[in-house]
Amino acid sequence: MTEEIKLEENGTVLHLAPEHKIIIDLIEDGSRVMDLGCGEGDLLKALKALKHVRAEGIELSEECIQVCVEKGLFNVHHGNLDEGLADYADGSVDYVILTNTIQVLHRPLFLIKEMARVGKKCIISFPNFGYLPIRFQLGIMGRMPKSPRLPYEWYDTPNIHLATLSDFRDFCRAADLRILKEIPLRTGDEGKCSIVRFLPNLMADAAIFVVEASGVRG
Amino acid sequence: MIEEGSVGIVETQYFTFAEPPNEMELECGRKLGPITLAYETYGELNEACDNTILVVHALSGDAHAAGYSSADEEKPSGWWDIMIGPGKGIDTNKYFVVCANIIGGCKGSTGPSSINPQTERPYGLAFPVVTIQDMVNTQKALLDHLGIDKLLCVIGGSMGGMQVLQWVCSYPEMVRLAIPIATTARLSAQAIAFDEVGRQAIMSDPDWMGGDYYGKTIPHRGLSIARMIGHITYLSDKSMHQKFARRLQDKIEYGYDFVTDFQVESYLRYKGDSFVKRFDANSYLYISKAMDYFDLGQQFGSLKQAFAETIAKFLVISFSSDWLFPSQQSKEIISALRYNNLDAIYTEIKTDYGHDAFLLEAGQITRLIGNFLEHGHRKA
Repeated sequence: MTEEIKLEENGTVLHLAPEHKIIIDLIEDGSRVMDLGCGEGDLLKALKALKHVRAEGIELSEECIQVCVEKGLFNVHHGNLDEGLADYADGSVDYVILTNTIQVLHRPLFLIKEMARVGKKCIISFPNFGYLPIRFQLGIMGRMPKSPRLPYEWYDTPNIHLATLSDFRDFCRAADLRILKEIPLRTGDEGKCSIVRFLPNLMADAAIFVVEASGVRG
Repeated sequence: MIEEGSVGIVETQYFTFAEPPNEMELECGRKLGPITLAYETYGELNEACDNTILVVHALSGDAHAAGYSSADEEKPSGWWDIMIGPGKGIDTNKYFVVCANIIGGCKGSTGPSSINPQTERPYGLAFPVVTIQDMVNTQKALLDHLGIDKLLCVIGGSMGGMQVLQWVCSYPEMVRLAIPIATTARLSAQAIAFDEVGRQAIMSDPDWMGGDYYGKTIPHRGLSIARMIGHITYLSDKSMHQKFARRLQDKIEYGYDFVTDFQVESYLRYKGDSFVKRFDANSYLYISKAMDYFDLGQQFGSLKQAFAETIAKFLVISFSSDWLFPSQQSKEIISALRYNNLDAIYTEIKTDYGHDAFLLEAGQITRLIGNFLEHGHRKA
């Protein structure tokens, strides 16, 4: 599920996740942005080209770092998100982004607090486990759910911390985070996202939350 | 027969400077001169003069980083031939590469085994203690002599990495890209401890004679033991297990004596003995001391402060099985770079080779370094 965008300056083709375009729109020009689990660096490249951000990434895979260097990114650090962001100073970036990754972390609460410490704002996207077809598979069919966003068999999945939109709101409260924006999404067939307005916890297959540490604005 | 991808036969060159009365002042406060540096160059300096890469070597390295030193050699003898050459990570078709033997060394540059012009005998312990800063200052003098006022990149592993870090802190405006590999911004207590055991091995050898052994019996045992200890720290538990396990050397049963039983013993002795043939014991003392003194944070007030003027982009590489300079020490460098808003790639390469991986593990780091140099060169 990726969407291709072509950068005008040199024709580079980037592969973005469905919600990446919406995330790009959330970010102000010239911000300092950190992408956690930046993969092969496509979102960072797009943010650099479209929003002129100072981009940095953290990525677990050595091979992905190789690809980021191949793409000419100069700010990618090899690291395990489950170990937190101890080497990063408080408030040192404007946005910390975590796309479609929170469900694979061993300690999501720990990392999200770390994100809110390092970033002035955090942007988190995740698959909604309260999405109607998921509920149907578990509730009516009695099967562990699978979907384009959750394509794994139960016995072979990296996803260990799945949540619904309602769960995530509770989670933000537990982590002392203020929710600034909540964007429920519906992913279309071509990987394009639209915003869900009606019964989001049932109708959205994913969501983007923009949050900040509660203490920030006092 | 010259291999494809080799820079071919290279002649080591020599540059002498700091002739009295213009001796060079060293960090310890003493003056030294004249100073000779042995160096080699590969590739061509381009018209824009923006393609120079300075390669800095580790403890036992020398100026001969790539290619053959004579037509008689069957294989390239340069210590980093896997990295430097046409089409390699440091592509000599694109870049002009300079590598010099460090001051204090014994491979053509001025060191304790050189002749002291005042006594016309080898310096021995009369040679002043040199530091990483002194090594970098002499390299700067060499580049001035070669007419090079900016460096595309400084690259090196282990003690070479320390020189890379010293370069970007001491001459920040000169360096555009920096690649410190398997290194640290300050030597840990553990690493100092190993160095000290090596030095004690040398100094307790009766043949060492207070460093005045030139022309007599050299402290073979001491230097050999120092190298054996050092070599253990360059490998990993896993690589030693894979290479030797508990296999016996030339026997099928234990000897129940103190002659070599295990292959690993035999290997270390071989490594020690062959090192003695090519290295000077006093140089070992001086160079290991230079590493022990290295502490950028102390030198500049703090590590963050050290990079305050730096403009270079960094590629910091560590190795997962390196327990001499573990990854955490590279992360400390990254943290200080980030504090100064400097661009930096950090990657830990998964390998079983231990600290020495930068000399052995060609594939991954070749690709990383090649791409980093390519983009870094284009960007400037």
